[in-house]
Amino acid sequence: MKLLVSMFLTFAKIGAFSFGGGYAMIPLMKKEVVSLHGWLTIQEMIDIIAISQMTPGPIAINLATFVGYKIADFPGALAATVGVITPSLIIITVIARFFFKFQNESKMQWVLGGIRPVVVALVAFAALVIGNTALHDVKGYLITAIAFIAVFIFKIHPILVIISSGILGIMLY
Amino acid sequence: MTHKETITAAEKVPKNKAFLLWELFKTFFILGGFTIGGGIVMVPLIEKELVKKKGWIKAEEFIDMMALIQSVPGVMTVNSAIIVGYRLAGLSGAMLSVLGGALPSFVVILVIASFFVRFNQYPIIQKFLLGARPGVVALLIYAAISLGKKGIRDKKGILIFVSGLLALYFLNIHPIIVIIVSGFLGYIIYHEGRVK
Repeated sequence: MKLLVSMFLTFAKIGAFSFGGGYAMIPLMKKEVVSLHGWLTIQEMIDIIAISQMTPGPIAINLATFVGYKIADFPGALAATVGVITPSLIIITVIARFFFKFQNESKMQWVLGGIRPVVVALVAFAALVIGNTALHDVKGYLITAIAFIAVFIFKIHPILVIISSGILGIMLY
Repeated sequence: MTHKETITAAEKVPKNKAFLLWELFKTFFILGGFTIGGGIVMVPLIEKELVKKKGWIKAEEFIDMMALIQSVPGVMTVNSAIIVGYRLAGLSGAMLSVLGGALPSFVVILVIASFFVRFNQYPIIQKFLLGARPGVVALLIYAAISLGKKGIRDKKGILIFVSGLLALYFLNIHPIIVIIVSGFLGYIIYHEGRVK
């Protein structure tokens, strides 16, 4: 029970501080789930991110469900997933209830003006950290380079990029 | 004010609450099941379904909703389900929409997780993952670049980006602290910038 509460709270923290979409939450998830609680290895976390690209739903939900299930079965999956969702549910219903037009919009815009560049830093940091773990030979760098060209220049869909990278892995390793 | 808006927006919204809740659940279940990779992909799909096809939400109101959810923390998919559900059917609407939206990924990941340990033993899966991991790195680099084009607009932005990255990478500072500090910095910097 203590574990379930701890999981719920950890993922609520992740939900409450995620700005700028799934990739930007990776550093936060790594800090909490891998470094602080040791619920996943960094390797497993990257695998789930890869799987997330091929399955429906946002990375945060996928990771919460996966971690929860791995640590405490179905109740864990439920606690962690509900945890990610709860802050949004509270924040949005409160804001929508009291001021749908969001009167403090300009103040919030100043705050977001500072957060947006840091979201980029969070994603760049995620690329560095995950790169450190995922890339350990020339083949890895080659796959990254090919995948980057595919997505950056040819605008190939991320699902296809991950599936083709995996197939390249099967061929090269 | 809020009350009046609800009435004007609600012309086409089904009067039967149970039916409305079911429709919200169903709509977000389908959207949740088909938005692979998650995130912003969801927005045009919701617009098509609820604004254009069903006419439950007015176009201007939808824009306001999306502006609001992008100003608050949380997962895009989850936030959009909550705001739409809440506007159309109150708290129960928010809960059923988010339940519908999250259920497909929840079930799929449960199935994958329960097999993953066994899957993971097969060499072919291990090799697939060895290739997929560098692929993830490529997606992250791409995401950082495309977010950077939108998110870093001036010298102040570059400064916040660089100091944020240094704080995360070299000083190993907790991401939550970095986010809060950058929000404060933004408030101070951009507030002063607007003083007439």
